[in-house]
Amino acid sequence: MSKLRRFKLIMGAVLAAGLASTPAAHADEQFFPLQSYRVGPYAAGGTGFFGGFIDYLNLINIRDGGVNGVKLTWDEGETQYEVERGIEVYERLKNRPGIAAWNPLSVGIAYAMIDRITKDRVPLITINHGRTDSTDGRVFPYVFPLLLNPYSETSGIINYIASREGGPDKLNGKKIVVLYHGSPYGKETIPIYKLLADKYGFGLEQIEVPHPGNEQQSQWLSIRREKPDYVVLRGWGVMNPVALKTAQKVGFPADHIIGNVWSNSEEDVIPAGDAAKGYIAITTQASGAEYPVLQEVIKTVYGANKGNLDDKKRIGSVYHNLGIVNGILNVEAVRIAQAKFGKRTLTGDEVRWGFEHLQLDPARVEALGAKGLFHSINVTWNNHEGDGRVTFQQWDGSKWKVVSDWIAPDWAFLRPIIEKSSTAYAKEHGIKIRTSGDDPVSQW
Amino acid sequence: MAIPASSKSSCPSAETLWGAIVLMVAYGVVPFVGSDYLLDAVLTPFLALALAAVGLNVLTGYTGQVSLGSAAFLAVGAYAAYNLHLRIPSLPLLIDLVLAGGIAAAVGILFGLPSLRLRGFYLAVSTLTAQFFVQWALTKFGWFSNDNPSGVIDAPVLTIAGISFTNAAERYVFSLTIVVISTLLTLRLLRSQSGRNFIAVRDHEVAAKVIGVPLLRTKLLAFGISSFLIGVAGVLWAFAYLRTVEPAGFNLDRSFQILFIIIIIGGLGSLRGSFIGAAFIVVFPLLLSRVGAALLGSVFDSGILEMSQRIVIGALIIGFLIAEPRGLIALWDRTWSTLWSARRTAAPTCSLTQRSLQ
Repeated sequence: MSKLRRFKLIMGAVLAAGLASTPAAHADEQFFPLQSYRVGPYAAGGTGFFGGFIDYLNLINIRDGGVNGVKLTWDEGETQYEVERGIEVYERLKNRPGIAAWNPLSVGIAYAMIDRITKDRVPLITINHGRTDSTDGRVFPYVFPLLLNPYSETSGIINYIASREGGPDKLNGKKIVVLYHGSPYGKETIPIYKLLADKYGFGLEQIEVPHPGNEQQSQWLSIRREKPDYVVLRGWGVMNPVALKTAQKVGFPADHIIGNVWSNSEEDVIPAGDAAKGYIAITTQASGAEYPVLQEVIKTVYGANKGNLDDKKRIGSVYHNLGIVNGILNVEAVRIAQAKFGKRTLTGDEVRWGFEHLQLDPARVEALGAKGLFHSINVTWNNHEGDGRVTFQQWDGSKWKVVSDWIAPDWAFLRPIIEKSSTAYAKEHGIKIRTSGDDPVSQW
Repeated sequence: MAIPASSKSSCPSAETLWGAIVLMVAYGVVPFVGSDYLLDAVLTPFLALALAAVGLNVLTGYTGQVSLGSAAFLAVGAYAAYNLHLRIPSLPLLIDLVLAGGIAAAVGILFGLPSLRLRGFYLAVSTLTAQFFVQWALTKFGWFSNDNPSGVIDAPVLTIAGISFTNAAERYVFSLTIVVISTLLTLRLLRSQSGRNFIAVRDHEVAAKVIGVPLLRTKLLAFGISSFLIGVAGVLWAFAYLRTVEPAGFNLDRSFQILFIIIIIGGLGSLRGSFIGAAFIVVFPLLLSRVGAALLGSVFDSGILEMSQRIVIGALIIGFLIAEPRGLIALWDRTWSTLWSARRTAAPTCSLTQRSLQ
């Protein structure tokens, strides 16, 4: 009964505040405005991700007393994943002091925020999604599609298939079908799959599933005709379990279906029941609660009854762990920026500097208690994605199990494509392209 | 059903006076005292939605043709303006705006053709085609979004004759001006012969035909004007408010929202009702959400809070419908005329509202 629990907490806090005889000096605070979505069709993702993010911020506050003594604070505004609500929350919270970064977890909201946050000089984090060409920090100084952009994801999937087949040269002559959601998100990777098919010589068929995707009989019948070696599922929401169920009906083996990063959660496979057994999906962060940082969250945060998830069974789920990793990346960026600018409330521009120097090698990741949860990140002033590695997990009917090493996408191959798009954007908007990390950031 | 053809003429002086006062406040006070939040997140979307509601009102409230495709025409306007700006950069923004409205009008007339054969629910269903077709086409053909990989486009900076509207207050004034001009022109049109034809078609199609109202022309004109206004509203929504557009933002929910503004809340056949309805739809949820968060935010999960707001709004809409089926505007007018008659013995009836669809 979270209601009662929270009520007790508040009463406790009020009591404690009343008892404290000396008022505490106003401490430095770093504020995270959260455009969360706990209602509506995407609530499963929203509650998991923002729950994990808040859990990690809570962990830092309770365990360490903040980042070097700077307390982390946040406030939530409900967006229901709708752009105009996201903008409303942005306008409402943007004048709060000490904003560290925005984390909307919505492509639409992120797009609408790009010129706003650039004008206001605050970083915008779009972990695992977002606008691919914002990887180019020369053009998008304040936007960070951390860990994985859609193109890298595509390349990572193909590299995984190659490794399963015994090397990239074995892809030649293979056949891959991409089943994509009929939306801008779903169509975004069409040209990249084509490029990769040309490069490696595999046969490619891309089939659209109209939104929302609760009827896929004809698509899967044509897949059965094509007899592909693999099907890549680039789905969203209800489309994913329906795809798995229909695949079972037409007799396509689940372990030859590879899900993308928005088809990789428990919410995507559990509704499919048996049909999901053996299904494989890409992820940047492993699921499960066995990692030290998750254990600390359980002990310190949930132990103190401050956990954000109502259902404790969801601790360590894919979206919750993505929120935890997002928390780690945000907090470490603040920490890195503090090392340069001082242990105080930082400005958005200073936090941007922190993100542009967000380099966590595997040793540092292990020190943070996240070894195995995610691999590493190496953000620089011009590479705002940070070369995140991906891994693949297989659903065994009750939980995800990691079945691959950490795989690197083919960044060098993708970079020219990204730069072509970002320079076109710079030209269209009259942005001066930065030539070094110290360049003053041009204004929109 | 005897309805005055030109309803406003019953008390023009008071109307004009109040209109002038509202405009003076809107231009002279609001941009200077309004915070960025008020201007950018409340008033600009209110203006865009109000204009869309005015547009739908021409079609549904005055001509009696139900449409569920409003969001599609918003999208057509937004994407048309974007493409005109992108592909013919030499065109000034105002021309883009008018042409975008024109393109929306053309699409509207096309999808209005079934209205010659279909009525009521059947027409509503056939306008759904516009809703689904437009959204599908915008997603399907990359050309509309300049082959942007995510299909989301960024709006250009608003510039007219070298003056760019970059901050919240400027964008608000820009939207306000467009909305005021469009509304005045619409008002003028509704008081002309065409406007009377609209009402005649709404009230009794056969009778209208018998007395010589050209049905084909009248209905298509209504679809055209309505889509034009909604298209312009789409440009404001995309360029002045969100400053980005994605096809998914113009889904069926948006069409319903606009329809609800005029039918349930604002009142059919009343331009003022469109504004009051839009204000209700934009401001009330925000108000409720803020009040709810301030009072109970620390006790309840924000998800629970948001759900309860939906319930409250739903209940209120049902309550309104029972208390006053003709919308807020009727309530407003009744209160107004009561106040008026209290001051003067002979109360002129200022009611604008007419009974809804046949």
